[in-house]
Amino acid sequence: MSFSGKIAIAGIHEYESRWAPDKTSFQIMGECTREALTDAGLTLSDVDGLFCASMASDAMMPVQLSEYLNIKPRYLDGSNIGGSSFVSHVAHAAAAIHAGLCDVGLILYGSTAASDAMAIGTGNSGGRDPGAAFNTPYGMTLVSSYAMVAHRHMHEYGTTSEQLADIAVSTRHHASLNPHAKMQNPITRADVLESRVIADPLHLLDCCIISDGGGAVIVTSLERAKDLRQKPVVVRGTGESVAHREIGAPDLTTIAAKQSGEQAFAMAGLSPADMHLATIYDSFTITVLCTLENLGFCKKGEGGAFVENGGIGLGGRLPVNPDGGGLSSNHSGMRGIFLVIEAVRQLRGGLGARQVEGAELAVAHGTGGYLGLMHSGATLILSNS
Amino acid sequence: MADEKQNPEYSAPAIDWESRAYWEGAGRGELVLQRCRDCGVVQHRPRGLCASCLSDDIEHFVASGRGEVYTYSVVRQNQMPAFAKAVPYVVSYVQLEEGPQLLTNIVDCDPDTVTIGMPVKVDFVPTPSKNGDVLGVPRFVPA
Ligand SMILES: [Zn+2]
Repeated sequence: MSFSGKIAIAGIHEYESRWAPDKTSFQIMGECTREALTDAGLTLSDVDGLFCASMASDAMMPVQLSEYLNIKPRYLDGSNIGGSSFVSHVAHAAAAIHAGLCDVGLILYGSTAASDAMAIGTGNSGGRDPGAAFNTPYGMTLVSSYAMVAHRHMHEYGTTSEQLADIAVSTRHHASLNPHAKMQNPITRADVLESRVIADPLHLLDCCIISDGGGAVIVTSLERAKDLRQKPVVVRGTGESVAHREIGAPDLTTIAAKQSGEQAFAMAGLSPADMHLATIYDSFTITVLCTLENLGFCKKGEGGAFVENGGIGLGGRLPVNPDGGGLSSNHSGMRGIFLVIEAVRQLRGGLGARQVEGAELAVAHGTGGYLGLMHSGATLILSNS
Repeated sequence: MADEKQNPEYSAPAIDWESRAYWEGAGRGELVLQRCRDCGVVQHRPRGLCASCLSDDIEHFVASGRGEVYTYSVVRQNQMPAFAKAVPYVVSYVQLEEGPQLLTNIVDCDPDTVTIGMPVKVDFVPTPSKNGDVLGVPRFVPA
């Protein structure tokens, strides 16, 4: 029996600063825990489920974080499927709560990626998987793995750099309305196209920023959430998936979002056309375009027309990442938790200039890993009633 | 020969028993793939079993070394020292005649002339290991 409609997000917090050289990642998570509990009207002693992942990929992280917070959860989940982890953690928390394994799930992320001077997209060569020896000689950076998907998309469907640039332009406009966003100065299509190429066809402004940051999300039963401080945001559907270099001839532009999206929309009994906004992992502009197509917002190959000229801007056909996304607001290595947080904020309402009018249904989708090599996808559908 | 600057320097690959035949083949100047004797699927990267039917009845064979560019990117920024001095260089998935795709570099041409669908053929760089294994790294050049 599905947990759809029975589980809610009761508390959230996004760490406000994008630069925290004087903080540790655990300290950021501790502060986010405090603020999210206050937001929900709960206390630390209510937390009995812990869900977390980090760039460090430490297998013992839930144990270390429990010690840091001085809590003894009865449900621990440190599953790490890349930047999408926290979207999938909402599903895992919902399942655990629905099964009676915990009552209040705390999802955490914190990172000092910027003040540690991590070169996230351009300081690597093809992953850490068992087949890494087949990748590392060739210098495939994270950016170029996504860039190869972009080139293939352009080849098959005629997608243009101008259309990809418009994703960055809309997202930056949203960031200009978010006082916490790292990059707030508006940009034009020409700015994107004239920025230096990192890996053809992706320019600097096609790539996410690098910041410090963190966040916390509190999940509980809808029944319990109704007695708490905030109006509950209800979990309607969830899905997760992987896509990778299959044996044979894989199709690089069919990404994990296809499987996880179909599952999430089916569980919710809803379709993409019902959504009022989307928060989509925008590691690179091409990630957004492929995700929109694979979630079913448009046909394969029509993503370019969907996103261009403000199609995904506030007031457009589908506002995407109204917080300014990872392209402009906040990308501290793994962005999944911010997708959940902004979707919840929009569904609560009252965000001023960046509020999506009449937002009642939202989809969050995270992508984790190397899009052109192997990656995960996690989809979450939320409503405010 | 084109400017060496576009060619990353290769060191001896990390090998294990699943991948040894591939890298030793490259050391002899042969592109070695696996074929499953049970279901007939040709696979890359090599594994100890068939990733289509889980049979462990796997044979190795020498592929033609011919294919075409499925997709590519010209990497213009990489902070890793081995690659920082090689930029701009081309990473690519090459669609091999035998079916599988393979991640590689396209060299011996101006990076800006690489296109999807371009015919390419394999080329090898010897990368002897410290313990005397004769290994190599395959890369591709315009056919
Ligand atoms: Zn087989």
